[in-house]
Amino acid sequence: MLDDTNAKSMTIIVTKGTLDWAYPPFILATTAAAMGIETTMFFTFYGLQLLKKDLDTKINPLGNAAMEMPMGGGHMAMPNIVAAMPGMTALTTKMMKNMLKKKGVASIEELRELALEAEVKMIACQMTMDLFEYKREDMIDGPELGGAASWVDVATKSDINLYI
Amino acid sequence: MVDQVLDAKGLNCPLPILRAKKALKDVPSGGTLEILATDPGSVKDFEAFCRSTGNEMLSSAQDGDVYKFVIRHTG
Repeated sequence: MLDDTNAKSMTIIVTKGTLDWAYPPFILATTAAAMGIETTMFFTFYGLQLLKKDLDTKINPLGNAAMEMPMGGGHMAMPNIVAAMPGMTALTTKMMKNMLKKKGVASIEELRELALEAEVKMIACQMTMDLFEYKREDMIDGPELGGAASWVDVATKSDINLYI
Repeated sequence: MVDQVLDAKGLNCPLPILRAKKALKDVPSGGTLEILATDPGSVKDFEAFCRSTGNEMLSSAQDGDVYKFVIRHTG
């Protein structure tokens, strides 16, 4: 049985690449690494976006009824018909990034850099690279390429395995 | 007197923990690090950090909006 101190390794499967979904895996990975836990991130499908050199994460509230922004003491949600209009992704992304900055939340760029610095191991899914025709040179240097077996191999020896 | 002070005011989760981890590298074993933070979540988080890394929380206090933690580098 695990006690308080002996969880020593963690893997996270990262499947989503929008601005909001980019946070949980990077926050957990950097924090775990800071707490002495050997951490591996496996980036697949849209998660691969987060390994691009030119990181450009975006967000759009379309179809996300739970997304609301603090505004004038209350909260405001955006109707789908508004969210679907041209330019709304850029606008919402800008609003979210401003809010994150104002509240002292690290940017995804910063968290990714801290993860690499903390020697978080990153694996980029080879199949998705081929599927979406991503080039290795468009991705940052740290990650190695691998498939499902690479993750399973690490996961079977890990105390914690997450899918995000 | 503490050996080092880390000003993490205005930073939100997980930055205070990440900065503290980095700052502890420069604190000799047995030495102390004082952390100033404004993130209310940092109270529980520094307790958890100390518990799992084996560093010792010497004190945890609040002065207005600022939280002050003193950690002994034993992990």
